Amino acid sequence: MTVEQILKEYSKLLPKRIIEDLKENLPKKISDKKAKEIIEEVVAEYKEMQITPAEGIGIITAESIGEPGTQMTLNTFHFAGVSEMNVTTGLPRIIEIFDGRKDLATPMMNIYLKKPYKEGKDIEKIARKLKETLLEELAKEFYINIADMSVEIQLDQKVLEDIGISNSKVISAIKKSVKGIKVKENNDLIIISKKQETDNLNEIYALKEKLKKVFVAGVKRIKYVLPVKKDGEYVILTSGTNLKDVLELDFVDASRTTSNDIFEIEKVLGIEAAREAIVQEVYKVMQEQGLNVNIRHIMLVADAMCVLGKVEGITRYGIIKEKASVLARASFETPMKQIMQASLMGEVDRLKSVVENVMVNQPVPVGTGLPGLAVKVIKGKIGGYEENKKEKKK
Amino acid sequence: MSADVFLNGKFIGQVDNPKEFIEKIKEERRKAELPSELNVFYDERINEIHMESSRGRLRRPLIVVKDGKPLLTQKHIEMIENNELTWSDLIKQGIIEYLDAAEEENALIAFSKEELTPEHTHLEIDPITMLSLVTALVPYANHTQSARLNIGSKNQKQALGLYIANYPLRIDMDVNVLHYPQKPIVKTIAHDLINYDKHPSGQNVVVAVMSYKGYNMEDAIIINRRSLDFGFGRSTYFRPAVSEELRYPGGLRDEICVPDKDVRGYRSEHDYRYLENDGIIFPGANVSEGDVVIGKTSPPRFLNGLDKFSLTSGVKRESSVALKHGEKGIVDAVVITETQEGNKLVQVKIRDTRVPELGDKFTSRHGQKGVVGLIVDPADMPFTASGIIPDLIFSPHSIPSRMTVAHLIELLGGKVGALAGRYVDGTAFSVETEEDLRKELLSLGFRDNGTETMYNGETGEMYKVKIFVGNMYYLRLKHMVANKIHARARGPIQLLTRQPTEGRANEGGLRLGEMEKDTFVAHGTSLLLQERFNADSVVLPICENCGMLAIYDHYKNKTFCPVCGDKAKINFIEVSYAFKLLMDELKSMGVYPKLILKTKY
Repeated sequence: MTVEQILKEYSKLLPKRIIEDLKENLPKKISDKKAKEIIEEVVAEYKEMQITPAEGIGIITAESIGEPGTQMTLNTFHFAGVSEMNVTTGLPRIIEIFDGRKDLATPMMNIYLKKPYKEGKDIEKIARKLKETLLEELAKEFYINIADMSVEIQLDQKVLEDIGISNSKVISAIKKSVKGIKVKENNDLIIISKKQETDNLNEIYALKEKLKKVFVAGVKRIKYVLPVKKDGEYVILTSGTNLKDVLELDFVDASRTTSNDIFEIEKVLGIEAAREAIVQEVYKVMQEQGLNVNIRHIMLVADAMCVLGKVEGITRYGIIKEKASVLARASFETPMKQIMQASLMGEVDRLKSVVENVMVNQPVPVGTGLPGLAVKVIKGKIGGYEENKKEKKK
Repeated sequence: MSADVFLNGKFIGQVDNPKEFIEKIKEERRKAELPSELNVFYDERINEIHMESSRGRLRRPLIVVKDGKPLLTQKHIEMIENNELTWSDLIKQGIIEYLDAAEEENALIAFSKEELTPEHTHLEIDPITMLSLVTALVPYANHTQSARLNIGSKNQKQALGLYIANYPLRIDMDVNVLHYPQKPIVKTIAHDLINYDKHPSGQNVVVAVMSYKGYNMEDAIIINRRSLDFGFGRSTYFRPAVSEELRYPGGLRDEICVPDKDVRGYRSEHDYRYLENDGIIFPGANVSEGDVVIGKTSPPRFLNGLDKFSLTSGVKRESSVALKHGEKGIVDAVVITETQEGNKLVQVKIRDTRVPELGDKFTSRHGQKGVVGLIVDPADMPFTASGIIPDLIFSPHSIPSRMTVAHLIELLGGKVGALAGRYVDGTAFSVETEEDLRKELLSLGFRDNGTETMYNGETGEMYKVKIFVGNMYYLRLKHMVANKIHARARGPIQLLTRQPTEGRANEGGLRLGEMEKDTFVAHGTSLLLQERFNADSVVLPICENCGMLAIYDHYKNKTFCPVCGDKAKINFIEVSYAFKLLMDELKSMGVYPKLILKTKY
């Protein structure tokens, strides 16, 4: 008998992946007896690893993540002192992910580079190309001309040359993003005033602040770039994410580049990638805090957040909304809304899960509460069962 | 580059030379041309100047320094001593100024005169001004982590002492008075400044740093029974019982008296035994749980039209004030007065002597709080070679992780003070050094590190290690077991939900909360969980036709449904009363909660 034949016998006891693993790793020349012994061992190990039916894995996951969560510090960490880049970690980050929040406190990307660039070629230039350049970085000075009620901008020609942008491009960028203004060019001064004349100083101040944030060049939303040498290659860390535009750039290694924005990953790469991103992001935070949480717990949460084919937070608007039981939904948040909705739709609660059964004081369907007695009740034979019960209760 | 200027958060203009500008503002302020409340702060990073004159900022005084020399000179100090100069004069002359948190960012403040350089802008008046009043009471504060100082300060605020000198004349809620308060041997300048010796709140005790049979693990302390007999930590707890003769609409009013036997809710003759003819207890009565302190009757709560003609309507309600579950004491004083509305007001002050017991809380002044773990007979306490028996045993494990070095130095300082018969100054940053203390201790005939040979009190054997023994100021905190102990097996339930009442005052149950419930679920012990939650379980007759609550008539032993009539099929279910209540509330909102019954098996 070959190893393959033996394995075929076990195909019902072991999952495909383990059989495949065995096929690869069992020595080619092995006696049947020995092979069987090894496989038996694997089967035993596999059975041991299986979760017992009726185990409350949901609540165990909740406790396994919740308890270490109480020990997490609320600190936001600094990036190993190299720069001033701040990243939310710890509890705030976990909450951000599990709530399925769309606007992150610190969106961030790890951009990996292709061959010649990852050794550090033109790294400064690449970094600059990625970074979103705002008008305030190109200007030497912003003046408020109180007499004319206008803002005067003096551009730094040296910086313009470095980046390779002309004055006219700057002006067109200003015109494009700020409405209701007049733009004049006077030597190297750009003079901007409101179309509607005003004598309110605060309005001009607001205009000045708005002009500072005008987008001129680079990849949008990439606020800050930082080339870092990690494991012998250059990686660009960014603050702000724009996965779609970054992946399109020719010097970027798209297979490894990541963002910490789960919704962006879902949009660009799909739901499976988003699920993996949730697992990785949460696991990373747990590791950083020195907490030992089994990755399977995180996977279960990530699965729950992604089963619907789109990422949903663990909130009353997210996955809780999808619960079948009215009482379970009502026990989470906004009970009035849930009960009103249910009464309008004539919903039926079948008391199939845990919370509802706690509410009506019945055994919950996990552990000892799940198995039932499989006896066929034939009328008349075990007869009068119901009547007896009634007598007793009275 | 020109900087934007903001006054109280509003943009007011730009200046070309920000640094020059703020210097000028400060100059003007010191000349009293600008108000002394104005603070300026230049944020170089974002190139903005913020001026603040609004209220609600925390500010502190500092000596102005110019060219490395403080403006406050010896001449000024002499003038102050002769009462020729006041604090506000110094501020007007620009010698002392108040900085807020923002302006401090621009300042370079010297700790002492010696470290002044031309770059410095300010000098501390005294390093201790950095600390609050309570924190300044911690001796050797500069040897302890700041976090521990905070804890130590908070602990001192909870310590028992003489909270006010006229306490016998007052009626305060929930107060304690320590019986034999002492001045601390190791004190700080703050103790002198606030007249701490007029109202001390602790006692000097002999402390041995060692473990004792494990009864002082996890921060517990062990106390010598003899010390308690001599008065260590003994205190009196005062609590008032108050009752007012209220007036109600219709000329009805309460009456403070010994209630008649036909009053609704009459307790028992035994409970009223201490009341005098006016319905008030006499001073000196030794009362305990259930005894009535002020007898009172009230008119019935609800009067409807027909009650006027009913015979029972005249029956009054009993509303006396009695001692609650677990309370005891001696009546200290009775005060009969009137309220602003002219109602008779009776206040009875009850006093209870509290000797420290297992579980009472004590602390040193360094955030080293702990609970009494064991009270040991003096015969069983360890003793030193010279025969000293410590009053208190403190666990050495409390020290390393918390790094309260000051605790150990106070122990040493206290020992020197006690032996030399003097007070030791422990003011932060300007103390008698540890080295001096050690030398003095050596000259007093002790080991310079404060350790002594000790013997096991039970066997008489000598301990192999030398034990650190010294004197320390210990405080008794107001958290006492007698006020907190609580347990229940069965007891009162709430009217609305039929669940156990909440809180110690109501003899309530200990709640098995949401998270505790989760642990039952996680273990899969679902029948145990059901049993734990069936305190309010009821058996309800349900009509299978309409799914609503049916009626069971005990007399006729018959069930019927008020909606579907006698013929409807009715079955019994067992649910929690809270669920029945939920259904009732849904019905009241107009939602029809129909129960569909099925056999469970």
